[in-house]
Amino acid sequence: MDITFRDVGYTYQKGTPFESKALYDIQLSIKDGSYTAIVGHTGSGKSTILQHLNALRKPTEGSVQIGDRTITPTTDNKNLKGLRKKVGIVFQFPEAQLFEETVGKDIAFGPKNFGVGEAEAEAITKRILPLVGLDETFLDRSPFDLSGGQMRRVAIAGVLALEPEVLVLDEPTAGLDPQGRKDIMDVFYRLHKDQGLTIVLVTHQMDDVADYADHMIVLESGTVKKEGHPREIFQQAEWLESKQLGVPAAVKFANTIQKKFGWEFKQLPLTTDELAKEIAVFMKTHKQKGSKGRAEGDSL
Amino acid sequence: MMEKLIFGRYIPGDSFVHRLDPRTKLLGAISFIVIIFLANNWLTYGVLALFTLLAIYLSGIDRNFFVNGVRPLIWLILFTVVLQVLFTGGETVYVDWGPLVISKEGLINGVYIFVRFILIIFMSTLLTLTTMPLSLTDAIEFLLRPFAAMKMPVHEIALMLSIALRFVPTLMDETEKIMNAQRARGIDFGQGNVFEQMKSIVPLLIPLFVSSFNRAEELATAMEARGYKGGEGRSRYRQLLWTQKDTLVMVSFGLLAVMLYILKA
Repeated sequence: MDITFRDVGYTYQKGTPFESKALYDIQLSIKDGSYTAIVGHTGSGKSTILQHLNALRKPTEGSVQIGDRTITPTTDNKNLKGLRKKVGIVFQFPEAQLFEETVGKDIAFGPKNFGVGEAEAEAITKRILPLVGLDETFLDRSPFDLSGGQMRRVAIAGVLALEPEVLVLDEPTAGLDPQGRKDIMDVFYRLHKDQGLTIVLVTHQMDDVADYADHMIVLESGTVKKEGHPREIFQQAEWLESKQLGVPAAVKFANTIQKKFGWEFKQLPLTTDELAKEIAVFMKTHKQKGSKGRAEGDSL
Repeated sequence: MMEKLIFGRYIPGDSFVHRLDPRTKLLGAISFIVIIFLANNWLTYGVLALFTLLAIYLSGIDRNFFVNGVRPLIWLILFTVVLQVLFTGGETVYVDWGPLVISKEGLINGVYIFVRFILIIFMSTLLTLTTMPLSLTDAIEFLLRPFAAMKMPVHEIALMLSIALRFVPTLMDETEKIMNAQRARGIDFGQGNVFEQMKSIVPLLIPLFVSSFNRAEELATAMEARGYKGGEGRSRYRQLLWTQKDTLVMVSFGLLAVMLYILKA
């Protein structure tokens, strides 16, 4: 399901003295089956955009096309439920949304709201739990007895249980330990690869962008500044630094050795794996060229 | 929804009214509400209106803020005014429908009540727009101090008040976040019959309570870790400072009361 923004603008508290404009002329499209990362400084309008993706907010100007529905400023608030089932959102610190007595009931809550029967909701719950790394012993426990990381998994499971076509993630790993972060990011990536789930990730972690995303949108003060493949955008390291966004660790390191030793990588490595490969290739070709390359290699 | 509410918000500024001592503003607003009941003819209401407009002018805040502040309450006000008009008997009767009567006295009374409402709302909006919530609690604590002799836990009340005020916006944000999260999971707030609407509140209320408990525990721990042991022997960072201007303002409120007393019919 494609999501397209056309000339979208959004003003908070429109018509009051506290009016403030959060989005200007947003043009962007999220292709079906893509893994899109939205990055930007705090207050650049990321979260506002995110709430447009399933019509929690309606644009005050322009239109948002979600699948075959078009949301305009005058769209009626009714009959949006269908959209919300197709676009699942995992909000920041989603553990705050848990409320049922048991984990099982909480995960089944979403599907039941969309009219799924009791038995099927239970089946979905049992199918989703292992995806987020929990087992069936958790089903009858109270969500409030769990650790923070486990609560996060249950909350994410609650959104995955909607079986959305587009999954929107607002900093899903904020406040988690490194292993927990990797686990959860891998879950999303598997869903993306195996089931063709479209993913929209809002994050400050450039390493996550480099590791997973195939499309990247850079926002600044309410407008889209750049859009494209992460490899193209991370080429402009200085531009990103000037926007206080930074680049992934691998890109940073690659740039440093490029400058220091005058190396020239064939393509900019985004991840540590790519970086290691590039270095290996470089060393090999230089060894064949003779002593000059070796000298440089030694001084590394 | 709650975004439209102007009442109770603070607008930073540096005007004559902003710089007044919060005690002055609080006492002034309270005494204004008492004074307003002295007015009972056009002249007295005119004086009050002028006084209010002068105060608004001195605050340097856009008039639209005040008009917007009245807007959410306008139906309540009009309802009261209409009741007043319909049920006040008098000598000059224009319309007579049995128990419902529109008379000259009724109409005038209705206008008085309307003006009274507007002026009270303007004054209290002025108080909250120009005074930081924390200064307001300081003022309340100071004014309650005499009751400490009667075993009233004044410090605790003030502390609770300032913590409550501090967390109002935080809780509002939190409410909106949880509402959004539950709407994304298929809850329709404010739709369906009364029973369905009440049921849809549960997924909002429980997380809010749970997070409030967690927040309270974390805040209490953080306060203890910073050496908070209760009101005994604490010094204060924000000092209230009474200046000549404050005396002047209080005197003007006194003059207003005297003037109304003389002018009232």
